[in-house]
Amino acid sequence: MFDIVWLVPLFPAIGFILNGLFGRALGKKAVSWIGPSAIGLAFLTSILIFFELLKKPPSERFFERIIFDWVVSGSFHTVIGYQIDPLSILMALVVTGVSFFIHIYSVGYMHEDPGYIRYFAYLNLFVFMMLNLVLANNFLLMFVGWEGVGLCSYLLIGFWFEKDSASNAGKKAFVVNRVGDFGFLLGMFLLFTSLGKHGIWTLDFTEVFANANKLDTVTVTAITILLFIGACGKSAQIPLYVWLPDAMEGPTPVSSLIHAATMVTAGVYMVARCNVLYSMAPLSMAIVAVIGVATAIFTASIGFCQNDIKKVLAYSTISQLGYMFLGVGVGAYSAGIFHLMTHAFFKGLLFLGAGSVMHALSGELDMRKMGALRKKIPITFWTFFIATLAIAGIPGLSGFFSKDEILWQAFSSPHGHFVLWLVAAVAAGMTAFYMFRAVFLTFFGESRVDPHVAHHIHESPRIMTIPLIILAILSVIGGYVGVPHVLGGANHIHEFLAPVVGGSEPGKSHAALSFVAQAWASGGENGGHSAALELLMMVISVVIALIGIGFAYLFYIKNPTLPKLLAERWKGLYRLVYNKYYVDEIYQVLFVNSLKKLGVGLWRGFDDFVIDGTVNGIAILIGWISSVMRRVQTGLVQNYAFSMIVGGLILLVYYLLRTIFY
Amino acid sequence: MILPPVPPAFYLVLSGILFTIGVIGALTRRNAIVVFMCIELMLNSVNLSFITFSRFLQSIEGVLFAFFIIAVAAAEAAVGLAIFVMLYRSKETINVDEVNLLKW
Amino acid sequence: MKLPEIDLYLIAPEIILTAFGFLVLLADVFSPRTEKKGYLGILSLIGIVVAFFYTLPLIGSGKSGFEGMFTADGFALFLKVTFLIIAFITILISMGYAEREGIAFGEYYALILFSTLGMSLMASGTHLITIFLGLETMSIAIYVLAGMLREDRRSVESAFKYFLLGAFATGFLLYGIALLYGATGSLQLKEIATYIASKNLLRNPMLMISLVFLTIGFGFKIASVPFHMWTPDVYEGAPTSITAFMATGVKAAGFAALIRVFFTALPQFRPDWTSIMWLISVATMTVGNIVAISQSNIKRMLAYSSIAHAGYILVAFVAGNDIGISGILFYLMAYAFMNLGAFTCVILLGKKGEENTLITDYSGIGFKYPLLAASMTVFLLSMAGIPPLGGFMAKVYVFSAAVKEKFYWLAILGVLNSAVSVYYYLRVTVLMYFREPQREITGLQFSPASVLALIIALIGTFYMGLFPANVLSFAQKSIVGLM
Repeated sequence: MFDIVWLVPLFPAIGFILNGLFGRALGKKAVSWIGPSAIGLAFLTSILIFFELLKKPPSERFFERIIFDWVVSGSFHTVIGYQIDPLSILMALVVTGVSFFIHIYSVGYMHEDPGYIRYFAYLNLFVFMMLNLVLANNFLLMFVGWEGVGLCSYLLIGFWFEKDSASNAGKKAFVVNRVGDFGFLLGMFLLFTSLGKHGIWTLDFTEVFANANKLDTVTVTAITILLFIGACGKSAQIPLYVWLPDAMEGPTPVSSLIHAATMVTAGVYMVARCNVLYSMAPLSMAIVAVIGVATAIFTASIGFCQNDIKKVLAYSTISQLGYMFLGVGVGAYSAGIFHLMTHAFFKGLLFLGAGSVMHALSGELDMRKMGALRKKIPITFWTFFIATLAIAGIPGLSGFFSKDEILWQAFSSPHGHFVLWLVAAVAAGMTAFYMFRAVFLTFFGESRVDPHVAHHIHESPRIMTIPLIILAILSVIGGYVGVPHVLGGANHIHEFLAPVVGGSEPGKSHAALSFVAQAWASGGENGGHSAALELLMMVISVVIALIGIGFAYLFYIKNPTLPKLLAERWKGLYRLVYNKYYVDEIYQVLFVNSLKKLGVGLWRGFDDFVIDGTVNGIAILIGWISSVMRRVQTGLVQNYAFSMIVGGLILLVYYLLRTIFY
Repeated sequence: MILPPVPPAFYLVLSGILFTIGVIGALTRRNAIVVFMCIELMLNSVNLSFITFSRFLQSIEGVLFAFFIIAVAAAEAAVGLAIFVMLYRSKETINVDEVNLLKW
Repeated sequence: MKLPEIDLYLIAPEIILTAFGFLVLLADVFSPRTEKKGYLGILSLIGIVVAFFYTLPLIGSGKSGFEGMFTADGFALFLKVTFLIIAFITILISMGYAEREGIAFGEYYALILFSTLGMSLMASGTHLITIFLGLETMSIAIYVLAGMLREDRRSVESAFKYFLLGAFATGFLLYGIALLYGATGSLQLKEIATYIASKNLLRNPMLMISLVFLTIGFGFKIASVPFHMWTPDVYEGAPTSITAFMATGVKAAGFAALIRVFFTALPQFRPDWTSIMWLISVATMTVGNIVAISQSNIKRMLAYSSIAHAGYILVAFVAGNDIGISGILFYLMAYAFMNLGAFTCVILLGKKGEENTLITDYSGIGFKYPLLAASMTVFLLSMAGIPPLGGFMAKVYVFSAAVKEKFYWLAILGVLNSAVSVYYYLRVTVLMYFREPQREITGLQFSPASVLALIIALIGTFYMGLFPANVLSFAQKSIVGLM
């Protein structure tokens, strides 16, 4: 049964080939069927595998399917292979499941777009790459997937490439991600060579993790930090988060799928996958946790003052990703993955809801031009509202369980700290505030909709609302796989993931994991803290969330003039936050402009071209050298012969000198 | 009067001089045929070296190589002259410095 | 005195290529002038297939003969297989292209067969006479092929330049051989090595000069900087099918002879030529990649890219270990597939009297000719070294060979260079998919032979990227005994 794992990525690949190569010939109708059904089949296969996996005892929930030998070079040997274990199958389920609903939604949303066929081709390719990323059994194949999803993201952000802002956003995402990927690549090489010193030339997960204990702490710390730089790029963490808000230039379902539910969580998945390495490097874990929590609160505050509904959601995504990193950073890998899953549901839903609002309002994104849409587009409103409750951490919904798990672990785990908890809890309150702000501005209050647009506001077609409803259901019930023990739950997800990431049943899976198990035994579960304390903290975090909601209500329903007043009172602060702390501008000055000046110094005429950062600057410099160098090629035979003679003479002189001085 | 035998080194020096003349000619002359003749001069200077070495080393291989070079040079000359004729037909010139349609 | 033993099976592939070359010429002469000449191509294809089946049984035998002038060792046979594949695909491409351009004469196909013969001799020669004759057989045939488009001034110019510079480089090569002969008294590669080792001739000035001249001679054939300047002009002007043949076949043969001579005859000088080749390698990749960026003609761009690829291959040459040399063999084969494929796409986008070789001509064809554009994308990405395609694996082997021998800077420069190269390869892809067509390109005809060539190249590119282990183990077995 597990042998069919290769079918999971195969279906999207077939979909990509059919849509990409023959889409035009097949026609729009066929593409609308092929695209979603390819993902649907992959989803079904994943479900089958999942249930098959459940039948096995937890310690045997591991299966590797080697497709073929890939790289054989000396003693180094890597295969293309897929690996099934609780972590990868859970990811595969989330990826294929959410993708499936978003594909269906896209059929309705993109229907009028001239690039319809191209869109589905890219989307299928994306799912294929994402599945390679999560199912890979070695770092190399994972990296292929990692690069592949980056490429698809670039293609889809710049999907409407006629728009300058879209193609610029695509470029920005590409460049920032390259910075991260460079870190990932270096980390991988360092891992490879330092294991090689012990005679183990491998990049396979099982072998790497089984031999990880041979490495010294400094090396592991360096490796894990480098890998985390990669995660920062892909998962938009400080300081590399700047590309994600711009990425909203892409079609909304893309933002939902790639830039909220799946691709951006790849970094979290990677850290969880490498938990053996991270657990060996306390410093790296601390960095992950601190960066995570800092990102969570920093970007949540930016979310306060954004008026573009998709931008709010984008900053919220970054902030939630920060939570996930906080979770994995304090060693609560299963909590991080749990939040990843619930977040995929409710954030995917929020974006789709935003898309539905845009659909109703002929593409309007500015929340100042919305309002009172509650009655006009009820399904969108209710689903959006449920997702908002979930993300705000209202008890009973999925977000509550996963977020609370992270908060509790941030405090109680041996890697945790009270400050981490406090910051994260405050950020949770801020999340509740800006999300309810978005809901109130969009759906409540007075209608500020443009009169031209107002008379044809309509609910989206059923093909779009059904995915909304399904995701809303998932956003509610998705949390019940991880109800904490203190609330009388069983925390299934925690136990399910335990064989991979350590936890309540340690030591039964890979031998190498016993290390983690020890760490967990010392304080994983409730280690040293009482259930009462856990409950108390839960209540505090709920109260903070309610306060956030209350403020939002006060500001945007009760007294809508208040925000303006406050903004004028603390003009400086407001401007600072409104302009996203000027991070983009600071980057512009620090990196882009200084390079620009360098460029001007080197060659004046380039001034106008060196706008878009490092890559362009270097590219133009090389382009200039290139155009100078091609002039050497005069087209005259004798010049060519002369260059040969000069080359020969240089070689002769070299040999002569070598003979004399050697 | 009987001259003393010429030492082999002289032939080698002559060969080197001929080769250099050939190279310089190939680099400086305008007419393609003259350039080609200079290249032939280079080949023939190589022949001279081969034969000198062959005699000096008492080995037959060098002479054989010289024969092959002569044969190959003949084949090259045939192809080369045909190419020059084609060039003259299309450009009305065989000056090497006027043939620069392909560049940069 | 007894006659030397003559084992004709050893040179069976060469004999067959020669025989079929003459057969094609005769068939052309004895057939009516007006008839279409498609069957000549098929006849040549048959010749190649027959030669291929006579090559296969030799694999693993490792025999040599003809008084040490000729060998059929694994190295030679791997390259012969590569040459035959290249010739096969070239003829497939030519069947449509030569017909279209009106150059489908008998001598066209015969010359391709003869120059393949020359390449085989270069790979098999263990005696400098054999290598020289092989090189000249190959080159003279190519001089003629480059000028096949007699009406096209650029084709004539390309033949002219290639001929003059080729003859010039031959002069240096020969002088180098003469000096080598003078210093060691032999032309047989193994004997040369033995003599140098026994007499300790490491500081002999004649050998030094000889080494430089040999580098010029072979460096010209493989298009390494600064002996590369003919490449862009000749590749741009020559008929596209011949450009493809040159970029893959001639280059591979040049590397074959270079490796054979340097590793078999001159291993004592390895420290000397390693440092030289280090410089040449870096210069070659850098110049090739950088100048490729500002090109506007796709053939010329691919010419510069082929210079850059010679630089990558030289990286492995510098490393000179097992992985390196087998990596070179792997690289040459992978490069053959992707480059022939790319040129096939270039040919398919043109029609009689309208070549469409400007890079801007590729704007927007992604939606008009999706299969053509997708294949072109695959080949370009493979050349850029993007997994999971053949070009990626080739680069992995080549650079890992350098790392293993501790040439870290060389490997780093190589990786940086391939990062630069991504720019100009992707540019074509971006044009194909993201730009509106600049002008209408219609009425393209895809001849079945060219499509077959395209499919073979695609399969090869993917196969070598996805299952590189098979080809690599073949390459690794092939180099046993070379070093």
